[in-house]
Amino acid sequence: MGAKMVDFNGWDMPVEYPSVGGLMKEHLAVRNGVGVFDVSHMGDIHIAGPQALEAVQHITMNDAAGMGIGQCRYSAMLYPEGTFVDDVIVHRLGEEDYLLVINAGTREKDVNWVIENTRQFNCKVENLSDNYTQIAIQGPKGVDTLQKLTDADLSKVKFYWFTHGTVCGLKNIMIARTGYTAEDGFEIYVPTDESTSARVWNEVLEAGKEFGIVPCGLGSRNTLRLEGKLPLYGHEISDAINVWEAGLDRFLKMEKGEFVGRDALEKAKTKGITRTLVGLESVDRGIPRDGYKVRDLQGSEIGYVTSGSYAPFLKKNIALAYVPVEHSAIDHEVAVEIRNQPVKCKVVPTPFYKRPKKQS
Amino acid sequence: MAYPAGYKYTKEHEWLKIDGGTGVIGITDYAQNSLGDIVFVELPKVGSEISAGKTFGSVESVKAVSDLFAPVSGTVTEVNEALNTAPEQVNKDANSTWMIKVKLKDPGEASGLLSTADYEKFVAEEGGH
Repeated sequence: MGAKMVDFNGWDMPVEYPSVGGLMKEHLAVRNGVGVFDVSHMGDIHIAGPQALEAVQHITMNDAAGMGIGQCRYSAMLYPEGTFVDDVIVHRLGEEDYLLVINAGTREKDVNWVIENTRQFNCKVENLSDNYTQIAIQGPKGVDTLQKLTDADLSKVKFYWFTHGTVCGLKNIMIARTGYTAEDGFEIYVPTDESTSARVWNEVLEAGKEFGIVPCGLGSRNTLRLEGKLPLYGHEISDAINVWEAGLDRFLKMEKGEFVGRDALEKAKTKGITRTLVGLESVDRGIPRDGYKVRDLQGSEIGYVTSGSYAPFLKKNIALAYVPVEHSAIDHEVAVEIRNQPVKCKVVPTPFYKRPKKQS
Repeated sequence: MAYPAGYKYTKEHEWLKIDGGTGVIGITDYAQNSLGDIVFVELPKVGSEISAGKTFGSVESVKAVSDLFAPVSGTVTEVNEALNTAPEQVNKDANSTWMIKVKLKDPGEASGLLSTADYEKFVAEEGGH
């Protein structure tokens, strides 16, 4: 397909597809129409058995109890310190049957973590990552695109729910209304043999042609998720950042009972958090990027940028950064050090972008 | 892609056009293609000195920052301010979009740069086209 490829944690991944116009075109296609991503590098851990729910509850911070069969919940696995092993989407497959979809770069670590921390429960843990090719079809026209390829009634699948159906002639394919782009869309899990994956990929491109579909790479994947303030492991979340600092406590359910990391989080809350994740927008000329230092206007170093870029849809330079709580008020100004020059940026509300509400 | 004759080139993909004692500098089509959509260009101020082989500014695409390397030494006499608001012009026509003009310190310095033919050969090998 003429993609520009790059090594991403040991995976050969497309960064962008110059033949369609590159990153910007891909980004705008997802916001305005539909784009398709090969996200097979992500991992899948299956937990099944009489104590599957107890196991999931023990290793994740969100509440999995009361999830319907077919429902998804965004959650995270934490270390005893209350910091992140990884973020996950928990899928309830059946009565005693859960699937955790995890990040590519942390696959092995996550699988080992799950196995080690669920030994005491009566359940089976399986690493199914190599069993699936995961394809994401994202954008307002994603549903129309995929509907042409499946007998499942997608209008019945609510956001953050999944179903199974025949897709491209393949039976019993999981179709989840999830994604990492801050748009409506689906992720489908098809058999991983090369000819099947390639066939499905091409059929998706064909089905989406009338909607202007383009293949999308890692570059646009990153700018899309950044506009929506979706965290990236190793940036907004990591083993050195706790849930309160990351601002992900709406997915944290302390009241559900014990889980790995709960005690540390309770202590941290009582002690008070010292730094917090904020959204920044450049005021002066310059693009704040990953890892750049954040200084106060007097020049003292106060924090750092976790992710930053030009935002192709918003047409602004945006960033997420950790700063002390006293520097986190909306409209407060800081200076991001860009190639040794202080560039004024202001704190703005997040997410930077929210998809428009449709009548569904 | 044929590169303009009469220009000189660097291995970092800058071009230089000499007009008497003035050098006009930009980046090549190969550079803009590798970068992708350019969203930001940072150039020196008029009056500042640039030094052959050293960086004089930067050009950014959405996902990457690239330094600009001076093909020759001199004093900046003009800066293309239009690139502040329309950096995409570089993508549209890199070979004609100038970035800075300099009063050359030593016109003889340019003889060490690549000729059009040498540059074309260089990119053919580098890009693996």
